[in-house]
Amino acid sequence: MPIQYYIALAVTLFSIGVVGVLIRRNAIIVFMCIELMLNAANLLLVAFSKTHPATSVAPLAGIDGQLFVFFVMVVAAAEVSVGLAIIVMLYRNTHSVDVDFLNRLKN
Amino acid sequence: MGITAIVFWILSALTLFSAIMVLVSKNPVHSVLWLVATFFSISGHYIMLNAQFLAIVNVIVYAGAIMVLFLFVIMLMNLNTKTEMKKNLWMKLGGVISGGMLLWILISVVRTYAEQSKGHPKIASVNTGEIGLIKNLGHVLFTQYALPFELCSVLFLSAMVGAVVIGKKN
Repeated sequence: MPIQYYIALAVTLFSIGVVGVLIRRNAIIVFMCIELMLNAANLLLVAFSKTHPATSVAPLAGIDGQLFVFFVMVVAAAEVSVGLAIIVMLYRNTHSVDVDFLNRLKN
Repeated sequence: MGITAIVFWILSALTLFSAIMVLVSKNPVHSVLWLVATFFSISGHYIMLNAQFLAIVNVIVYAGAIMVLFLFVIMLMNLNTKTEMKKNLWMKLGGVISGGMLLWILISVVRTYAEQSKGHPKIASVNTGEIGLIKNLGHVLFTQYALPFELCSVLFLSAMVGAVVIGKKN
């Protein structure tokens, strides 16, 4: 497949994530949209890693892209655990997961 | 149109449809399930690009572990009793317009690239290649990327401690 189809797909997925972050007030759904954006970036990295044809000199050209996807997944897992803890604390303090109430955590 | 192109378009349509359904679902549990569907179709793309290891990890880590974590939190909160407060309609419209403008700009960049590379487009080779196999990935991960790999474990430890400290009742 020509690479521009993959770029267009990943860009559309990323924009859907951006729209979700902007229009939803539920903190959990905002969080899921952030995961959507991370996955769009992952898809793009994998697609770009496959644009290097393997030669006899460099049989593993482009493998760095797939390793970066691996690291992005690691960071996303760590981010989700901390973020969900914050959301649980928000719910415990305000009995709501509305992102507009996040400023009530100040004191 | 070859079989790979057909599979690509079906998977792309599935991905985008379930991603949109994540946004428009009223019930957060339905959003989580649609997001799992999105991850599965992205894994289909990975398999098509011959990145089998990433496809499996995507299913296990994202669709398995992270989404179950989301479901746990949603079940814990019992959100279904009260409905989400409506955001101002103008705010919603503004969000859609700004996201659409971002999409417009990025897509026009892609189209310009597609026109400029008309004779010799870059091809993402599907169904071939060895770099997605776990043997090669593991070898590079444990030799060239050994230090970042170990730093990831420190990151996980700090995230675990942070989650426990934040979630603790005081």
